[in-house]
Amino acid sequence: MKRYSDLEFLKLSKGQKFLYKLQSFFAAIPRAIGRFFLAIGRLFKNIGLGIGREFADIFNTFKEGDWKTRVSFLVMGFGSMARGQVLRGLMFLLFEAVFIFYMVTAGGYWMSMLPSLGKIGPHQEYNAVLDAYTTAYGDNSFKILLYGVLTMFFIVAFIYTWRLNVKQNKIAQEYLRSGRRLKSSGDDLRSLVDEQFYKTLLALPLTGILVFTVMPIVFMILVAFTNYDGSHDGYNNALFGWQGLANFRTMLTWTGGGGVNYSATFGEILTWTLIWAFFATFTNYFLGMFVAMMINKKGIRLKKLWRTILVLTIAIPQFISLLYVSKMFAKNGIVNGLLLNLGWISKAIDFWGSTAHNGLLPRVMVIVINIWIGIPYLMLIATGILMNIPADLYESSRIDGANAWQQYTKITLPYMLFITGPYLLTSFTGNMNNFNVIYLLTGGAPTNAAASGAAGSVGYTDLLVTWLFKITTGAEAQYYLASVVGILVFLVVAVISLVVYNVLPSIKNEEDFQ
Amino acid sequence: MNETLEKRHMGLKASRTISNTLIYIILIVMSVVWLIPFICIVLQSFRVESTWQVGYVVPQQWGWDNYKALWNSDFKRWYLNTFIIALVVAVLQTVIVLCMSYTLSRFRFKLRDGLMRFMLILGMFPGMLTMIILYRVLKDLGLTQANAVPGLILVYVASSGMGYYVSKGFFDTIPKSLDEAARIDGATRAQVLTKIILPLAKPIVIYTILTAFMGPWGDFVFARYVSFGTSAGMNVAVGMYSWLQLDQIGQKYTMFCAGGVIVAIPVTILFMCLQKYYVEGVTGGAVKG
Repeated sequence: MKRYSDLEFLKLSKGQKFLYKLQSFFAAIPRAIGRFFLAIGRLFKNIGLGIGREFADIFNTFKEGDWKTRVSFLVMGFGSMARGQVLRGLMFLLFEAVFIFYMVTAGGYWMSMLPSLGKIGPHQEYNAVLDAYTTAYGDNSFKILLYGVLTMFFIVAFIYTWRLNVKQNKIAQEYLRSGRRLKSSGDDLRSLVDEQFYKTLLALPLTGILVFTVMPIVFMILVAFTNYDGSHDGYNNALFGWQGLANFRTMLTWTGGGGVNYSATFGEILTWTLIWAFFATFTNYFLGMFVAMMINKKGIRLKKLWRTILVLTIAIPQFISLLYVSKMFAKNGIVNGLLLNLGWISKAIDFWGSTAHNGLLPRVMVIVINIWIGIPYLMLIATGILMNIPADLYESSRIDGANAWQQYTKITLPYMLFITGPYLLTSFTGNMNNFNVIYLLTGGAPTNAAASGAAGSVGYTDLLVTWLFKITTGAEAQYYLASVVGILVFLVVAVISLVVYNVLPSIKNEEDFQ
Repeated sequence: MNETLEKRHMGLKASRTISNTLIYIILIVMSVVWLIPFICIVLQSFRVESTWQVGYVVPQQWGWDNYKALWNSDFKRWYLNTFIIALVVAVLQTVIVLCMSYTLSRFRFKLRDGLMRFMLILGMFPGMLTMIILYRVLKDLGLTQANAVPGLILVYVASSGMGYYVSKGFFDTIPKSLDEAARIDGATRAQVLTKIILPLAKPIVIYTILTAFMGPWGDFVFARYVSFGTSAGMNVAVGMYSWLQLDQIGQKYTMFCAGGVIVAIPVTILFMCLQKYYVEGVTGGAVKG
C-alpha cells in the first residue's frame, strides 16, 4: 500500500482517512506478528544468558568465598549466622529444614508419581475376614497431580531461596572486606516497616493469589492434558493419566471422538459469545451515555431522583432481580398473563423457549434485559466523565454554529471514547465471561438440538463459560474438556486484549498521572 | 428586524420546551420500566390467595403469610450464613485490597511491573475453571456442605488481591509529595500509610468495604458448588434459586418474592447511604482503567 506523509494525510477526505487507517492497521499485522515471535526469541535468549550468568556467579562465590560461605552452600544461613545476622540465618535454616523434611516425608513420593499419575487403581481384593472380594483403593490421581504441582512450586521456591542465600554470603563478604557494618537483625525487622514495607504489605495478598488462583490455574491447565472426567475420577472408579494433546485435537479437528463434532459446537458458541459481548457492551455504553446526557441536560429537574431510581438496580443483588425478571417473562409469567388478559395476544409467547431463527427471541431478550441491568452503571460512569468536559468547549462550538448532534460527535463522543477506552475493553472481555446474567436468566436455554450431544446439552444462549460450567457438572462431567475450553477462552480474550491495546489511543503512561 | 429576532428567540424557547418535555417523557417511562419489577416483587410478596405465578399484579387478598412461611423455613439460616460471610469478607478483603493497591501505587520495586502484568494475564482465565479444584481442596479440608461458610470466606478473601485496580487508581491521585514530606520529617513507610494516606483515602476505603460486602449476597455459582445440596451451608442466592426450580416453584414463588424483599432492604439502604462513595469509586475506576 501507499504510505502518506502527515501533510498528505491531512489533505485526504474523511472516508479516505478512515480507509487509510484501516489499511495501515491490517498492513501492520504481519509485522506485529513477526515482532511478537522475535520478542519471544529474545526472551528465551535472555533467559538462557541469565541462567548462565547465575551459574557463573554461584561458581565464583564458591571459589572466592571463605569457609563460612562454603558451608552455607550446604547448610543454608550458616554464613549469615556466623557473621552475626542471626535472624536471617535462622530463617534460611528453618526453610531448608522444612523443605528437606517435606521432601523426605511426602514431596518425594508425589514427584515420583507425577509422570504416571498413579499406578494402582481401584481393584478387587480378597478379604479373608469376609471371605469375599471387596474393592480396594490404590493411588489417587487427583491428589498426585495436585500435590505434585504444589511440590514443584515448593522446589522452585527452594531453589530461589538457596540462590538468595548464596548471594547474601557474597554481599556480606564484600561488605566486611570494605569495612562496612552488616545489618543487624533489628535493622532487618525495622526495614520491614520502612524501606521494605512493600514486602510486609504484599506477603498476605500474594500468598492468597498464589495458592487460590495461580495454583488452581496451573492445575487446570495440566488437566487439559489428561483424561480426568466423571468416569475417571482418579480414585473411586478409575485412575486418570496423561493424554498429551489428544483433547485439543478432539476439540479443534472437524470430526471429534464418537461422531460428536466438538469444533462445530465450539465455533457456534464462540460466535454467539462474541456477538453477545459486542451488543452487551456497546448497547449499554451508548444508551447509558445517552441517559446520562439527558439527566445532565440544563433545565432538567429532579436529577437526583432519576439517578436514584436507576441506581436501585445496582443495589439489589443480581440474583434477585435477574431470577425475578426471568420468571416475569416465563410462559406462565406475569408479562404473558397481562398480555393475555388485555387480549393483545391469544397465545402465550415463549420468550425463553423459542428456537426459531437460531433462538433469536431469547437471544434478543437477554441482550435487552442486560441493558436494563447495565445502563445504571454506565450512567454513573458517563455522568462523572461528562462533568469533566470543559464547558467552554460547548460554548465556543455553539457560537460557531454547531448543533447538538455535531457537538455530540465532535466533542462528547471522542472525549468519552478516549477516556473510557480501556474500560470498554475490560467490559467486553467481562461480558464474554458474564456467567450470572445468562445463567440466571435462561440457564442457556433453549436447547440447541443440532449442537447438543457434544458434552451435555448446549443452548442457544449459552456462552463459553456457561457451557464450561455445564460440562463440569453432572455425572458425565468432562473436566479435561472444560479445561480445554477454558484455555481457548483465555487465548481468545488474550488476543482481543492484545490487538485492542495496540490500537487504542489512550494507552497512557502510568507515571503521567501522578 | 426586531420582530424577527423576537420570533427566533421564541422559536428557540419553544424547541427547548419541546425537547425537555420529550426528555421528561423518556425519563418517566424509563423510571417506570426500571421500577416495575421491584414493585411487582413487593406486591406479590403480600399475595395470599395463590403461591403460583398469576397473570395480574395487585393481590386480591393481602397478608403476611409468605413472610411467616419464610420465618419457618431454612431461609433464616441462609440469611445468617450470607450475612456472616459478607461481614467477614468486607473486613478482610478491604485490608488485602488496600495493602495491594497502596503498595503498587507507591513502591517501585524490581518485580512490580512484572507482577502487575502477570495479574492482568491471570485475570484473563475464566474464574469458572478453577472452581472444580477449589471445591475438591475445600472438600479435603472439610470446608464444604455444612461447613461451607468458612470455606467460602477463605476463597473469596484469598483471591481478592486481584481486584486492586480501582483503589490503586485512587492512591495514584494522592500527591507523592505528601509521602516525601513525611519521610523527610522522619516517618517510616508504615507510619506514612497509617497516619497520612489512610485518613485521606476514606472514600476508597468505604467503596471497597461496600463492594466487598455486597459481593457475597449475589454469589451464586461457587456457593452452590461448595454447599452442594446441603441446606445448612447455603447462602441466600443458592437457597432461593432452588425455590424457583420446576419442582418447587408452585409452592414457593411468592416466598421467593418475600425473601427477595428481605434480602434487598438492608443492602439497598446501605447502598443508598453510601451511594456517593460508590459513584466516586466507579467513575474513578473507569477513567483510570
